[in-house]
Amino acid sequence: MTERDFRDEELLADVIRRLIGDVRHVAVGVSSPIPATAALLARECGGGRPYVSLLGSRAHTFFTDGSRELFDCAGQGRVDVFFLSGGQIDGEGNINLVSIGDYEHPKVRFPGSFGSAYLYYVVPKVILFRVEHSRRTLVPKVDFISAPGGSPENVFRSGGPIALVTNRCLFDFDRARRRFRLASVHPGHSVAEVIENTGFDFDRAADVPTTPAPSADTLHMMRTVVAPMLAEVYPEFARKVFNIVMPRESGASGTPGY
Amino acid sequence: MSSIIRTLDEALAPITDGCMLAVPRESSGAAMAATRALLRRGVKRLHLITLPTSSLQADLLIGAGCVEMLDTSGVSLGEFGPAPRFSSAIISAAIHVRDAACPALHAQFQAAEKGVPFMPLRGLIGSDVLAHRPDWKILDNPFGNDDPIVLLPALKPDVVLFHAALADRAGNVFIGTQRELFTMAHAAQKTVVTVEKIHDGDLLRDPLLAAGTLPGFYVEAVAVEPRGAWPLPLPDHYGIDAAHLPEYARLAATPEGFAQYLDRYVYEKVAA
Repeated sequence: MTERDFRDEELLADVIRRLIGDVRHVAVGVSSPIPATAALLARECGGGRPYVSLLGSRAHTFFTDGSRELFDCAGQGRVDVFFLSGGQIDGEGNINLVSIGDYEHPKVRFPGSFGSAYLYYVVPKVILFRVEHSRRTLVPKVDFISAPGGSPENVFRSGGPIALVTNRCLFDFDRARRRFRLASVHPGHSVAEVIENTGFDFDRAADVPTTPAPSADTLHMMRTVVAPMLAEVYPEFARKVFNIVMPRESGASGTPGY
Repeated sequence: MSSIIRTLDEALAPITDGCMLAVPRESSGAAMAATRALLRRGVKRLHLITLPTSSLQADLLIGAGCVEMLDTSGVSLGEFGPAPRFSSAIISAAIHVRDAACPALHAQFQAAEKGVPFMPLRGLIGSDVLAHRPDWKILDNPFGNDDPIVLLPALKPDVVLFHAALADRAGNVFIGTQRELFTMAHAAQKTVVTVEKIHDGDLLRDPLLAAGTLPGFYVEAVAVEPRGAWPLPLPDHYGIDAAHLPEYARLAATPEGFAQYLDRYVYEKVAA
């Protein structure tokens, strides 16, 4: 293995950037710093397209209809890519953002389902991301279905998962069979390690490729152009990963002209 | 006519014990100075509704024992970690939570705004969110063919509380692009707002400002609280206090630490 000149977060953002592909509108929800990095990177690489909507940002969104506009936009098919995570994710693509144990008497409580129980159904390309790849997070069956990986034929569903990105590998998702397939293993990780740390069964080819490392140009763009943009919504992430230090109180200052 | 501009405690009078109180997400203007005043008053048994999520505001109200029931699609401190008092209160069954989805809460307020009993919404079917909401119904789309869709009942809060940049003396409030605040105010019985400052003049007269202005018609009371969203952000004015939130997360991890936080930042009225 050659010496790495990139961080895990940078590799994952580059993987997600490639998954985004050629689309018109990428939206990023709360608590999603790596997808936010990927979306802004995709926009920089595309010379200003796709449109990017970062939830919680004033600088990187075009929404003027408040926090409902994301959902109205998605309901009409105007959001092409979104990102979801889970305290647990299972082999059928079900995600759990609510609790571990019995719902009425949970052992662990997570923040909540946010928009997942809707966006998972109506955004054509949902990219799942969960940095921690372990049997604790990737489970045979989730304790609570915040949003299901698939739906019966008669349930309106124009969207769903296409992939799952972790700190060890990239999985594709086969919607017809509701199963993950190991697509590539990140540099420094192995197929055996992925099997050992995954709580669900998945498909894999005899030869699984290694995830390509980010190019020097991509890393440069991420560090110099994208990282400062992230600090508005993700000051902690920008500081830890990219060493971007904002003033104690970040965000827009001064009073607009009224 | 008594002035719509009141002291903070006077303005908060409509938020009585047991009332249904709705607050917006952090990035739309959370009335944090007002929240600290409610904690000092010791408001009880609130039915708190977050549209659609909340952070420090809900965690404080829950931790201080002000909340009996919660409608939310998520409570978290974002990149500063989970909301510790929220999680703890659910695990110990100190509050009753009704898990929702962001667009579901928006739709429920939109139903109330229109004065109709329900709104339909895509998604939800097959989720455990829906499975635990006996008050949400599945109907077969009467205009379709074997097309099940979820109906959500209108949610009409007693009081909506938020923080904004400006209000004029008639109680017109400038909210800009945070337009779910319009829906909240339209849906609620009463709307209470804290603002950074009073605008000399009529916000409705200038068409550029009027487009982003909630008419005083919908507003019960306004109180002036400079930096009233602190330590949370006010869009276009100031950002989150990125030093304070980690301190809160650390202290609120235990009941004792949370009590210390309240002593230091709520009951002693320490400002930024």
